[in-house]
Amino acid sequence: MIEGLQRLGRATLFWFNRLGRATLFLLRLLGALAALGRRPGLIAKQLYSVGVLSLPIIAMSGLFVGMVLGLQGYANLVDFGATSSLGTVVALSLVRELGPVLAALLYAARAGSALTAEIGLMKATEQLAAMQMMAVDPFARVFAPRFVAGVIAMPLLAGIFTAIGILGGYFVAVQQLGVDSGAFWSQMQAAVRLVDDVINGVVVKSVVFGWVANWIAVFEGYDAIPTSEGISLATTRTVVNTALVVLALDFVLTAIFFGA
Amino acid sequence: MGTLKKLELAVGVFVVLGLAAFFMLAMKVSNIADLGEDKGYKITARFENVGGLKVRAPVTLGGVRIGRVVGIDLDPRSYEAVVTLSIEPKYDRLPTDSGASILTSGVLGEQYVGLEPGGMDEYLKNGGSLKLTQSALVLEKLIGRMLTNAASGDQPPTKTP
Repeated sequence: MIEGLQRLGRATLFWFNRLGRATLFLLRLLGALAALGRRPGLIAKQLYSVGVLSLPIIAMSGLFVGMVLGLQGYANLVDFGATSSLGTVVALSLVRELGPVLAALLYAARAGSALTAEIGLMKATEQLAAMQMMAVDPFARVFAPRFVAGVIAMPLLAGIFTAIGILGGYFVAVQQLGVDSGAFWSQMQAAVRLVDDVINGVVVKSVVFGWVANWIAVFEGYDAIPTSEGISLATTRTVVNTALVVLALDFVLTAIFFGA
Repeated sequence: MGTLKKLELAVGVFVVLGLAAFFMLAMKVSNIADLGEDKGYKITARFENVGGLKVRAPVTLGGVRIGRVVGIDLDPRSYEAVVTLSIEPKYDRLPTDSGASILTSGVLGEQYVGLEPGGMDEYLKNGGSLKLTQSALVLEKLIGRMLTNAASGDQPPTKTP
């Protein structure tokens, strides 16, 4: 009984300890942003590895999610003779929720895990220590470019995911199932609002998710136990924690933007 | 240098693709024309009951969308709902005695404001108001009235012993 309580206390303290370290890490990361302005090439290189290389999985997933939405929406709406509002269903689900959330989850699996593993391995092979020996700040040289590139890439990926998803929905609905093309787009345009849905939905959500996903990914790498087991644990934690935090934050943001 | 050039090119293409996606979301998916709401002129209409009318609902005349609802308020004195309509500037020849009614598109569709043109030579301007209004049909009231009618209809005439 006492031992159980003690274990609970230890776990709680450990958790808060980590949260505190992660916050300090973020502050140091933001402090290193000024130095980054002098080396924009570093961001471009990271944009390639987290952004460009994530494009295929984002594009394919977006296409399939959009096509599934088209099929499922049609199957449900056809009973009410309301297939003309299929465009609204596909666009609103993608713009408000599925676009930013699924793009963030895919990003965590594709790019976040790679970031953690890369930084963790740098730590294990003492590259970070070597940099410090040479008076190179790893925050400015390694962590900040990766973080900034990820935060820039996330909204772009979410936008691409959403746009391709809507095109996928259009393909299934109009080309395959025979929904009227004019009704598909006009009903969508009547229902989707630029500021309330597109800006708040895709842009704000994906910037928040990008911030959180990259913060977790870079911190887990930095905080990893420098052994092969530690790195594998850290990589797993990146994906799991990002997924949980993104889904929880999505609920909060949806309640703020679209609730009530 | 060659690889760096390729890398930068790929990043450039990625950024352009992302921006193109947002451009499509703005222009094709959402209705960007709705942003210019200030261009329309505003008129008000008073209704006893607006039913389920919502802000942004369309305003139509002859089935053609000519504007939208921009505000729904309650007049605290007369307990009437004051609906503010924004009408596109190109439809500036609405007679002052036009009527407004709250209609429903389809059985379960959204409610909208339908205008019927009057015959006056004067036209509504910004800040004008519609006098002839017809409230929304509230289904519950309608059913309630029907049931009452049916009940009173079923009553047998006064019995004569």
